[in-house]
Amino acid sequence: MALNKELTAAAAIAQLRSGMTLGIGGWGPRRKPMALVREILRSDLKDLTVVSYGGPDVGMLCAAGKVKKLIFPFVTLDAIPLEPYYRKAREGGSIEVMELDEGMFEWGLRAAGMRMSFLPTRVGLATDVLAKNPQIKTITSPYEDGEVYVAMPALKLDAALLHVNECDRLGNTLVRGADTFFDHLFARAAGRCYVSTEVLHDKLALDAETAKLNPYERYLVAGVVHAPCGAHPTYFGPNYGWDMEHLKRYNSSATEDNGWHKYLDEFVAGGEAEYLTKVGGAERIGKLKLPVF
Amino acid sequence: MTTNTEITLAELMIVAASEAWRDNGEVLASGITTIPRLGASLAKLTHSPELLMTDSEAFLVSEPVPVGPRGDYQPKYEGYMSFDRVFECVWGGKRHAMIGPTQIDRWGQTNLSAVGDYAKPKSAVLGVRGLPGNSINHINSLFVPNHGPRVFVAGEVDMVSGVGYNPKRWGEGMNQDFLDLRLIVTDLCVLDFGGPQHAIRVKSLHPGVSFEQVQAATGFPLLQAEGMGETPLPTAEQLAIIGRLDPHNLRGAILKNNPPARKAA
Repeated sequence: MALNKELTAAAAIAQLRSGMTLGIGGWGPRRKPMALVREILRSDLKDLTVVSYGGPDVGMLCAAGKVKKLIFPFVTLDAIPLEPYYRKAREGGSIEVMELDEGMFEWGLRAAGMRMSFLPTRVGLATDVLAKNPQIKTITSPYEDGEVYVAMPALKLDAALLHVNECDRLGNTLVRGADTFFDHLFARAAGRCYVSTEVLHDKLALDAETAKLNPYERYLVAGVVHAPCGAHPTYFGPNYGWDMEHLKRYNSSATEDNGWHKYLDEFVAGGEAEYLTKVGGAERIGKLKLPVF
Repeated sequence: MTTNTEITLAELMIVAASEAWRDNGEVLASGITTIPRLGASLAKLTHSPELLMTDSEAFLVSEPVPVGPRGDYQPKYEGYMSFDRVFECVWGGKRHAMIGPTQIDRWGQTNLSAVGDYAKPKSAVLGVRGLPGNSINHINSLFVPNHGPRVFVAGEVDMVSGVGYNPKRWGEGMNQDFLDLRLIVTDLCVLDFGGPQHAIRVKSLHPGVSFEQVQAATGFPLLQAEGMGETPLPTAEQLAIIGRLDPHNLRGAILKNNPPARKAA
């Protein structure tokens, strides 16, 4: 039994294949496993179906031409409402989309985690979510009410990528943010879940209160990657806030000639250690103020 | 431009927005973006203290949190409201949200997804976000800082994200009982859905605005509510509360040139 699940980011991404359906945790510019996303940018992977409450993860993967299809309720950088590279891809018609309500999306992950083919919901009825996604069917209640519901299909993931505050080599994780969103459902919906972490322990030994910060079981975790500052430039509470300066730099690259390739060359191509140096190092990132909303 | 002492249109709209949450009972009041949020906050601090609010991140607060940098202010937490729990709240119907969609049609259907051809949109906006779920489950109001025919479109919105009172969209067996659209607060007027078959009516005109101006800025015919009057100006007490809730005057940056409450002739 291999209970040391530690991998390098490159080794984790090497376990993925082109054409896979890939879930990415977090929400907009919050709690995104960006070190793993950057490793995908450095890889040959392509034709991915990306499943995400989208932020810069989606934008960057679109910019790099990695996305065949996007399953999503939104893509945003919050303080910069419109994600520039998502817009380019969408307005250029270069990606397929399955656009869902935020709650339908959650329901799809839940269904996958429960090994159900669908879960019923009222959400999506009478909207163009159904009109644009004719593969999503309705179902009539078998009970007296006879109500018609959307049968939200399971969103099964080949793999999921998540970033956590702490974990150990066995795959036990701890999350500490004010809101940790739906990462647990991504873990359950995925065939293989890769977790990057700010702090990697050999073996967690916890008191009962701290153990409550454990969001899902280690049997769901296929690999752990030690990636300090691995959510940069997104908000990763309580460790660091989002890096507005960097997000603005990224955003403005979309309006420059060859801007994406310049961004890629400047920040991503040289590897993660160089990336962290270029964005000011762990010391600067650790001082990025947590956003107030 | 306004002087320091002049009441602004943004402040009038905050007060108009706050009315949406009157007599809602104990529900989560979600005002999304500055003016709706200040409206919900004003409602809680004046006529509707029973409302629940969050810090706009993950915690319930007993007192509305001021917008912008907080200085020494410490939020007064009374509970937890992660997005996971917000969804549960939505599905249970205990919420009244006010958001600003990109397009609105005569049926109250809203679009936050894409403008133009869906396959290759002229403008990709955010995505449908939570609009399908919000609109079919709980009370909703809308906010429009730029009342014009590009927002209030002639036909249906380009991508129906939030549901409305369009009978063609509702098939047999679909439950419309929880659809409940209340107010649309714009920079020209306040609208409601009180006409026949929920047709949109002008409930009140902001000072200096005529019905004809509103109609000309709207892509579909409007009705006049019985007793259509003028949107009330904020009271001194309301202005003082708004000032405390928005100490950095973020409200002054929402509308172009921060105009006064009374539209110049």
